[in-house]
Amino acid sequence: MLVKLKVFRFDPERDKAPRYDSFYVEAKPTDRILDLLNKIRWEQDGSLAYRMSCAHGICGSDGMTINGVSELACQKLVRDYEESKEVLVEPLSVFTVVKDLVVDMEPFFEQEKAVHPPGKIALLQPVSNRENLQSIEERALFDDDIKCIMCACCVSACPISQKEDPAYVGPAAIVRAHRYIFDSRIKDSMERLTIMDKPHGAWSCKSYFKCTQVCPKEIQVTKHVLEVKRRILNELRQKT
Amino acid sequence: MIHQYDAVIVGAGIAGLTAALKASETCRVAVVSKIYASRSHSGAAQGGMAAALGNEEEDHWEWHMFDTVKGSDYLADQDMAEILAREAPECVIELEHLGVPFSRNGQGKIDQRRFGGHTRNFGEAPVKRSCYASDRTGRVIMDALYDHCMVRGVKIFNEVFARQLLVTNGKCCGVGGYVLATGEPIVFQAKAVLLATGGCGKIFKTASTAFAATGDCGQLALDAGVPLEDMEFVQFHPTGIYGLGILVSEAARAEGGILRNGKGERFMERYAPTLKDLAPRDIISRAILTEIREGRGVNGKDYVLLDLTHLGKEQLEQKLSEVTGFVKTYLGIEADKTPIPVAPTCHYMMGGIPTDAQGRVLADGQAKVFAGLYAAGECACVSVHGANRLGTNSLVDLVVFGRRAGADIAKYVAENQLPPLPENPEDLFASEIKSFLESSGKETTAFIREDMQRTMSQMCNVFRDEADLTKALGKIRDLKTNNRSLGISYKGLAFNYELEDAFELGNMLKAAETIVFSALQRKESRGAHYRSDYPNRDDTRWLKHTLVFQTSNGLEVQYKSVVVTRFEPKARTY
Repeated sequence: MLVKLKVFRFDPERDKAPRYDSFYVEAKPTDRILDLLNKIRWEQDGSLAYRMSCAHGICGSDGMTINGVSELACQKLVRDYEESKEVLVEPLSVFTVVKDLVVDMEPFFEQEKAVHPPGKIALLQPVSNRENLQSIEERALFDDDIKCIMCACCVSACPISQKEDPAYVGPAAIVRAHRYIFDSRIKDSMERLTIMDKPHGAWSCKSYFKCTQVCPKEIQVTKHVLEVKRRILNELRQKT
Repeated sequence: MIHQYDAVIVGAGIAGLTAALKASETCRVAVVSKIYASRSHSGAAQGGMAAALGNEEEDHWEWHMFDTVKGSDYLADQDMAEILAREAPECVIELEHLGVPFSRNGQGKIDQRRFGGHTRNFGEAPVKRSCYASDRTGRVIMDALYDHCMVRGVKIFNEVFARQLLVTNGKCCGVGGYVLATGEPIVFQAKAVLLATGGCGKIFKTASTAFAATGDCGQLALDAGVPLEDMEFVQFHPTGIYGLGILVSEAARAEGGILRNGKGERFMERYAPTLKDLAPRDIISRAILTEIREGRGVNGKDYVLLDLTHLGKEQLEQKLSEVTGFVKTYLGIEADKTPIPVAPTCHYMMGGIPTDAQGRVLADGQAKVFAGLYAAGECACVSVHGANRLGTNSLVDLVVFGRRAGADIAKYVAENQLPPLPENPEDLFASEIKSFLESSGKETTAFIREDMQRTMSQMCNVFRDEADLTKALGKIRDLKTNNRSLGISYKGLAFNYELEDAFELGNMLKAAETIVFSALQRKESRGAHYRSDYPNRDDTRWLKHTLVFQTSNGLEVQYKSVVVTRFEPKARTY
């Protein structure tokens, strides 16, 4: 079948303003949208820029906006868009476009870094040269967080990050903080809660659930943000 | 732009980050990666990391060492296999102390599960040795290392493509390349450089590896005069999703999954009566293709089934959620209800840049250390995997030898001065890009790459013979010639992925040529290298490592002996 892709284009060396190009690609219903983009770059237009690597939803490179939704291009198939006349491919929102579908990810990774208290990630002092003990139940408290691949789809879909509070640390960084705060082995959770309690931290979230809806790894992002807020109230503010 | 560091690490996977973390205890370290560091392919490792912790049942490092040596079809250097098995437990504990969220057992210890080729008491029965975090073990190890590197202040240069090692008076003095975002040259001057860019699975049509796996460091080493070791040994993982090659972790069989042919038979009982579906990967891949060749594929097609339906939804969700997710997304299959169509997929390179136990690159492949140059991980060959790597031994290799390399780099940096750079090093990289962009060639990357992948998958796959390999070598050499007439349609400098594709293709063609060339020379069958025309292992003539050098007369081969310490080579049955 012939699939029409309408793709956002912007070349900083040539263009004053963005435009959209349409491409027609021969495809099977089981082809990934990433496969179609590859066919375009390899066979039709070598200038098309987008990031990708593993092509099976584990490296997190190819986050983009497909028909208005933040997605991984390698996790969406042609058959997922059977009802559409064309597939509209645009960069992630929130981030600055550098070229075509490539956005500036530096602010995203800076936000991830900011969840760590400066200096080090403090663990409980191990009692021996063996592993710290952790029960299956304790380990389960952050099992969902470690699915995160830092693709930034959640941030791109978040109305707070988009408009209401552009300085918001963002859902992905809160999931990263949650991963450490809810890990029974980590002893600096108060410092992390303090970071999350700051302006533009966890309290900026208004539970739109957009992050949860788009997460390609099906992480219950909003739930974890709420858990961080509850822990700030119960542990941090109780004690201060 | 010229940057100065004590040490520069090329590649941000688990080997690179482990070394970076270790070296950064005393050195200024930069990590250079052509993709964002957290996108590195170590993150795709699913099943686990082998270590004889004995948390679930009795286990000993000697058993682990034996399994590694037997799994390697006796080609691993046994002094290195001993280091791997001995240091694995402390490396797992060290990772746990860094915060790696391993799955736990009822006592709160790190849980362990079975894996292919790992046995109790020198081959008696499967043993629980793999430490894991569901089926995303690589991801969580890499994330922990990344976070620690961040807070430690390791400087990461994302989206920088390394093109050439810089060498002065026989000493490595840095590495250079270009910035993807701008096309500008970038040079790193350093006392020590570690190569850690992983494998080159993408030279094959069907592979479990990322698009980024294009053998970049192999090319850096060859161009610096360093040989590549044992490149003929390419691992084909038995269970790639049919048609796509995406990995279905061996953990699926470790948790009880069963391979069945078109007649519904559990065929591995015939090939490996003791370990069955947990036999090493080379043996299972050959078994699957033999079943298909003899007409026992499914519905007359070239795949078999991996049956997980008896494991139950809950176990699949807890232990194999990535795998069940892949199958659902790409095949529309619920793994608890429908068996998964699978076929072998290119997965791992056992061979690579020869190093010693400290990760120091051996300039002649034998004993001569290349001052200031290190390698670790899949792109290196130390050699612990020999002719076939066991599942979960890759993550151990990355951490054990990444850590050793990091420690030795710290020592080397303390004892040595910063060597001078060659004159105008940036010009080298600027002119390389310029000549590519100005080329009027008509060949396209996509066409040559597809031809290479088809050639490798048809003629240098699980089963090989003289006629196919000879044809493949001719074909790859023709493609290398055509590649000199490559044209780049897009002339811009910012994020010119067409240019990057072209550089990667050049690297892949070099890797492909060394693999076919090495495979053609080795007239025996050992581990993953199976020659239909020489179906037996021949220890008298071939118990030795292949070394391939790039010379002005083309590739040249030498050999070096295998280190045998505790375990004399024996017939390899499971």
